[in-house]
Formats: sequence, structure tokens, C-alpha cells
Amino acid sequence: MPITADKIWYILTALTLISALAVILVRNPMYSVLSLVLTFFLLSCHYFLLNAQFLGVVNMIVYAGAIMVLFLFVVMFLNLREYREETKNNLTKIGAFVMGLAILGAIIASIRRLQYPMPPSEQFNIKTGYVETLGDLLFRDYLLPFELVTVLFFIAMVGAIIIGKREKGERHF
Amino acid sequence: MDIFWIKAIIVLVIFGLSLVVAMYSTWAERKVAGYMQDRPGPNRAGWGGLLQPLADAGKMFFKEDFIPAQANKWLFIAGPCLAMLTALLSSAVVPFGDTIIVGSDEVQVQGIEVNIGILWVFGIVSLGVYGVMVGGWASNNKFSLLGAIRAASQNISYELAMGLSLIAIIMMTGSLSVRDIINTQHGGSWNLLYQPLGFIIFLTCAFAECNRTPFDLPECEAELIGGYHTEYSSMKLGFYLFAEYINMFVSSCVVSALYFGGFNYPFMDKVAEALGTDATGHNIATAIGFGVFFAKALFFVFFFMWVRWTLPRFRYDQLMNLGWKSLIPLAILNIVVTGIGLMFEIRWFSWVAVILIVGVALVQAALKPKAARGILEAAPVR
Repeated sequence: MPITADKIWYILTALTLISALAVILVRNPMYSVLSLVLTFFLLSCHYFLLNAQFLGVVNMIVYAGAIMVLFLFVVMFLNLREYREETKNNLTKIGAFVMGLAILGAIIASIRRLQYPMPPSEQFNIKTGYVETLGDLLFRDYLLPFELVTVLFFIAMVGAIIIGKREKGERHF
Repeated sequence: MDIFWIKAIIVLVIFGLSLVVAMYSTWAERKVAGYMQDRPGPNRAGWGGLLQPLADAGKMFFKEDFIPAQANKWLFIAGPCLAMLTALLSSAVVPFGDTIIVGSDEVQVQGIEVNIGILWVFGIVSLGVYGVMVGGWASNNKFSLLGAIRAASQNISYELAMGLSLIAIIMMTGSLSVRDIINTQHGGSWNLLYQPLGFIIFLTCAFAECNRTPFDLPECEAELIGGYHTEYSSMKLGFYLFAEYINMFVSSCVVSALYFGGFNYPFMDKVAEALGTDATGHNIATAIGFGVFFAKALFFVFFFMWVRWTLPRFRYDQLMNLGWKSLIPLAILNIVVTGIGLMFEIRWFSWVAVILIVGVALVQAALKPKAARGILEAAPVR
């Protein structure tokens, strides 16, 4: 039985959906964070399957590798037995329900409007997802937006350093 | 034979080799330690203690496998599994040799050849911290948790400098594929000669990422009992230690691929010419290249041990200061200087940065009052 890409896709999608559901359904925040890591990893696998290797690996480094480690950090510091039911009063429950419903509506509306502009397979360029193509696009066609984003990141970085900086006379550990 | 099966055999061989090398690294570590401390080291099991790793494995498997009552059972088991998994995944993109010819197919001696190879290693390394963090947290022990947190913050900090030092190499090669990086070093133009500063930064970060002395603070026994694996026993502990040795081997492979020309060696073209261009000759030439690559990688494994038994451990604030305040600025300087060099097409321009830094360091050391002199900075003035 040959293993084809669409079979892998079905298995991968099932795993992704299960782990994504686990993020919101499990009680223990630690399990939740770890399933989010798994979800990001599986999304990277989806990118690899679409031959967008650069996007996949960057997703893995930035989200699964860096940001989720910080999430895990915070969860590890919490005393999980004490914080169990504190944030679950009725107001937050209703708020979460309304927000979820709104986002679901937005997603459904946008998917209904979406048309898949699939190019014919003979026109498909295998190098579309390669880092060379991406670099060409970013540094030729979209140079100004790209540079503006870097400025934005720089401002965020400076802000983070200023917030984190110890002020004179402040207690440090 | 189908090309799929040839590839599968290559992957299995690489997998097996990294396990065997990691196994005998534990033996070599004790032998090196013994030699440096003027004692014989393991010499009971087999000739020169060569069966010692097997004896250790037997002992590890038959010891009591203890899970603490208050620990999170599943995550406690998942910790060492994750550590082993991430350690073994990263060698997939390392090219261990050139191509072999089987029948009419030419197959690369490598797990997968992708055009983002080095980023794959980097991504897996950034996932590697989960094994330690999950295990340390699940033990439900303050010292394990502290060790895990130390490991996580250390790995995040040194990943930055590691990535920045890689950028200079990528700028010079113009490709992210490890095979391309090796191929541009063909003919003795090893990246070490053009990127001395990048090499030093990368090697330092590799030590920190593998949690090796002088950066083994996650398992600093003087402060933390045993660090993140305090509560572990039996083969679970064995897997943690084993993962460290696999990481060591893989990072040695990456260092020798990036900076020491991988499977390139002097006069390799003449050797290939003498062996002929038919399948057998080509395969023998590839085998020699494979051996050369292994020799380079094993030298770096030895180097890891050499440093371990020579240098004492850093203090934690020194570790963080070194990572954030020294290595990252140096790596950025290296990128800028390499960029200037590429603009004027002078490949060795990175040496300017080295000379600059050494000059600044000498001037600084000369201007300092005598009492504060020393290689390692004294405690920060409060």
C-alpha cells in the first residue's frame, strides 16, 4: 500500500484537530500549553506537506520553540492547585461564549466568500514556497512594508527593554 | 533496488550510528576524565572497559523505576521521551557524506536534503528544551523545577546568539542547505578561515545548548542537588543522560559541517581521480569522505569532554551576562563586518572584527585597576 500525500494529509489533519481541541478542552493548563505546542508542530508539518519549508520551520522556531516556552514558563510558576476555579464566574463565561460565537461567525462568513484560486497543476511552480522566492518577494516587491514591520518590531523591542529595566532603588532578586 | 529502500537504509544507519557514538561517548568521557585526573578510568568490563556502556545499560534497565507519588505520572514519563526524540530528530539534515551510486541511482548520504537544512536543526534544538522543562515540572520538586527553569532560560538566551552567528555563514554561502554550505567549502576554503568569530560564538552556544560544562547549570549539583533529573531513576535518567550525548554528537557534526568543510579534505579531488569515476571508485571516495567527516565530528566530541574536565562551571549571572551582553553584540558585529566584506568581495574581512575586539579587550584590560583584573568578570557592583 503506497503512502500518498493525501493520506498523510488526512492523518495529519485529524491529529491537528484533536490536539487543537485538547487545548481548550483539557482542565490542566499544563496539558493545554503542551497540546498547543503539539498543534503548532503539526501545523508546521502541514506547511512542509505544502512544500513551504521555510514557513514551516520558522513557525516551528518562533511559535513552538520560543513563544510557547515562555507560556510554559508562566504556567510552571503558577501554583495550579490554588488557581483552579477563580476566573470562572458567570460574566466571563458569557463573555467567552459571545466572543467565540462572533469569531465563529466571522470565520464562516469569510470561508463562504472565499474562492479557491487553484492554478492548473502544469503551471504550479515547485519553488513557490522556497526561501529564495520569499526573499525575492520581500526585498523587491514588498520592501517598504517589510522595512516598516521591522521598525515596528524594533519599537516593541525597545519597549520591552524599558519595561524590564530595573529602576534605581527598586528591589532586585 | 528501489531508491526508497536505499534511503531508508541510510536513515537507519545514521540513526544507529548516532546511538552507538552516544553510547561510547559515555565510555570515552570517563576515559578522558580518568586520563586527565591521572587514573585509569573504567577498565574492568572488557578490554580497556569497552563493554562498560553495555554493563551500564543493563544496570539502568534492571534498577527500580520509581515515580514519585505526587508527580504528574504521564508528563514524568513524557519528559525523557521528548528529550530523546528531539535529540535524534536533528541529525536528519546533516550530510554525512557525498553521494553513493547504486545501480543507476545516485543517492545522497543524508537523511533528507531540504533547502532550509540548517533552520531545521535550529528548530529542533529550540524544541529540545521541552523535554527538560516537562520532566522538571512533572517531578513536583522545587529543585527539579529550578533546574528546568534554568535550562529553559539558558537555552532561549543562547539560541539567539547561535542564530545570529549562523547568519554570517548563510550570508557567505547564500543558501540554508547544509549540503550547499559544505560544497562551497570545497578545496580547502573552510569557513573557519573566514569566520573565526562566528565559529567561537557558535561553539560556545553549542556548549550552552547541550548543557555541557562550563554551562551545565541546569544540573548544577552544588546548588540544585541534581537539577531537572533529581527525581529520575533507572532508564528514564539514562535517557536524559543519553540525550545529552546524542545532542553533543549532533552538534559536533553540525560544527564540523558548517566550519570545517564537512566531508571535504585536502587533495580529495586527486584521490577521487585516482579511484576512477565508475560506481565502485565513486563509492570508495564517498566512504573516505564519510570517514573524514566522522573523524572531525569525533574530534569535537572529544573537545566537549576536554573542556568539561578543564573548566569550572560559570555562575548563573555570569552565564546570562556572557550570553546577552557579550555574545549577541559580538555576533551582530560579526554580521555587519561580514556584510561589509561581502560588499567589497573580501572573504576574510571577518578577521577585522577579531582584531578589533582583541584590541579593545587589551586596551580595556590595561586601563582597569589592577585589583579588578581577571578573565572572568567579578560580581556586578551593586
